[in-house]
Amino acid sequence: MKRLRKTPAKANRRLAVKLGIVTLAMFGFGYALAPMYDLMCQAFGVNGKTGRMEAQAAAAKPVDASRTVTVEFTGLATTGLPWEFKPMTRKLEVHPGATQEIKYWVRNTGNETITGQAVPSVAPGVTAAHFKKIECFCFTQQTLKPGEAREMPVRFVVDPALDKNVQTITLSYTFFNTDKAQAKRYGGEALAQSGQDDHAHHAAARAPGS
Amino acid sequence: MSTAHHDEHPRGILRWLTTTNHKDIGTLYLVFAFTMAIIGGLMSLVIRVELWQPGLQMTDPHFFNQMTTVHALVMIFGFAMPGFVGLANWMIPIMIGAPDMALPRLNNWSFWILPFAATLLILSLFMPGGGPAGGWTIYPPLSVQGGIGTDFALLSIHMLGMSSILGSINIIATILNMRAPGMTLMKMPMFVWTWLITAFLLIAVMPVLAGAVTMLITDRHFGTHFFEAAGGGDPLLFQHVFWFFGHPEVYILVLPAFGVFSQIIPTFARKPLFGYASMVYATASIAFLSFIVWAHHMYTVGMPMGGELFFMYATMLIAVPTGVKVFNWISTMWRGSMTFETPMLWAIGGVFIFTIGGLSGLMLAITPADFQYHDTYFVVAHFHYVIFGASVFGLFGAITYWLPKWTGHMYNETLGKWHFWLTMIGFNLTFFPQHFLGLAGMPRRIPDYALQFTEFNRWSTVGAFLTIGAQLIFFYIAIKAMKSGTKATDKVWEGTDGLEWTLPSPPPYHTFAVAPKIK
Repeated sequence: MKRLRKTPAKANRRLAVKLGIVTLAMFGFGYALAPMYDLMCQAFGVNGKTGRMEAQAAAAKPVDASRTVTVEFTGLATTGLPWEFKPMTRKLEVHPGATQEIKYWVRNTGNETITGQAVPSVAPGVTAAHFKKIECFCFTQQTLKPGEAREMPVRFVVDPALDKNVQTITLSYTFFNTDKAQAKRYGGEALAQSGQDDHAHHAAARAPGS
Repeated sequence: MSTAHHDEHPRGILRWLTTTNHKDIGTLYLVFAFTMAIIGGLMSLVIRVELWQPGLQMTDPHFFNQMTTVHALVMIFGFAMPGFVGLANWMIPIMIGAPDMALPRLNNWSFWILPFAATLLILSLFMPGGGPAGGWTIYPPLSVQGGIGTDFALLSIHMLGMSSILGSINIIATILNMRAPGMTLMKMPMFVWTWLITAFLLIAVMPVLAGAVTMLITDRHFGTHFFEAAGGGDPLLFQHVFWFFGHPEVYILVLPAFGVFSQIIPTFARKPLFGYASMVYATASIAFLSFIVWAHHMYTVGMPMGGELFFMYATMLIAVPTGVKVFNWISTMWRGSMTFETPMLWAIGGVFIFTIGGLSGLMLAITPADFQYHDTYFVVAHFHYVIFGASVFGLFGAITYWLPKWTGHMYNETLGKWHFWLTMIGFNLTFFPQHFLGLAGMPRRIPDYALQFTEFNRWSTVGAFLTIGAQLIFFYIAIKAMKSGTKATDKVWEGTDGLEWTLPSPPPYHTFAVAPKIK
């Protein structure tokens, strides 16, 4: 009589546990992709997050008068923020290396005091590393009383090292309410508390030499 | 050896609920898969009816978007994947001479997660605000903004993923630990090989999808900001995480079908598989390459030039091992004594359709060209050629090939051929014109279109009805063969070679209680 086979139960269980560990590790890897993505974007300067520069350093940059780059401006206040918000200059021809200043205009149409935070983005993303801001209303939060209007300056310089093939750069701002409950009342999302620091310091942290 | 008392098992519903038998579970998986195929198929008909003419007539756009989204989720996670897991359950133990799967209880659990997950997914359509409507790729911000139906779908994806991870662990343990003595890895049938590699792909990428889905859920409900720009997150991050899963997923869907083709073609060409070792290595290379090409799904998001070039070349490289496989199948047929029974038709048809899909894939891989094709019907045509051609043709091939073994009855050959040819014609009528629509610029996931696209869309709709209608023949054939028909021999097909054909047709409830001898 032949003996019936025994299944290698112990070996099976051991292998299953090992594969379970691989599964958990890969779950962790999925999460690890988030910081890795941020690091990669920072390393290649591709995420549309702009750089920051001190005024003296900007003044020291040589001006490349041989070429001009078109810089376009746009802005949007999200639904959670009842503000009118727009650039006062739509378009500017600049020489790389020359410091420029334009203004955005904002007005609080709500009937309460509101604090907002603007989040900048530059397109095409690959030019972000060469778009340096010296002064910007996005570096701090803005608080407006009911009906109050304000002109807000942005001073920037386009780095002469900008890729020769780039002719147009678009700078855009998205303005968020910083108060979650308030934003909800207007039917929109607020900027997260943690995220707000992130934005305010992001640029600073990336400035060369800082 | 007396096996009589081993055949005892609970009767009725309790048998199916409590079973740990690999054949029962394989059957359950297949029944589940084809039930989902009916549901997903009907959804595709809703899409095609709406696209019969320009303008909005049948559905409102939001419902149309739910249909495209849920059709894809149902077909991928509910039909194609469980279908092949069902084949793996049925066939792997009897192809490698094992008495059952390595972890039978786990096997029961991994199946019974599925009906609940599927119910959750279908229920999402009946929630206030409807089901998920942002596409099966569940990109934020839409997937963060959707209503409770989106939560249902996300949880359902979690459960479907868990089921396939558990199934894969079981398959790997079975293949590595339970082979009959003497069956070395390089003696395993190709279907077993492709499943071993697929299972490794699954446990590598399904958890990454689970991570992405968890991030979406915490973004929606627990105040995290992985993907929300307002919170310092980035919606693009999701696309990277998703496609890190999503591209290997494509090979999860097609590799087992390649295994099926590699079983069927030698049988009906009456020659051993040409280039067995190169088939194994090609499959492994495809699996490896699938991990480094994900961003070719997102050329248009503004990647740096270097990234686009890398993903373009890496993607094109996949054509090499895939070409090896296609040429091996052709060489297997070369000067063989070929006959064209239904399984062989599915296999040859599948290779043919898949190759067309591979070529359009190569077109999409070219970055500058992709900017034109991106998100058009060209992409829809491409992935249906790939996934329908490989997975669905592969499933039908496998079922007609092994059905006589499973049921002990031959299926109706004439009707089988009708089923094949009607599906083949219907499928091509549906999807070939979509190449032209896409090249002409018709965007996907839009319920309306410009007037000049009407004619091709009509062909497509007619083809869809023909394809789905033809499946009635399949259900008739399969159910008929379960009940009656010409008695199948143990070997079933004259040119077969392999352990499963040494068993009686149908095989007893428990098989290979004594290990077979491997030559």
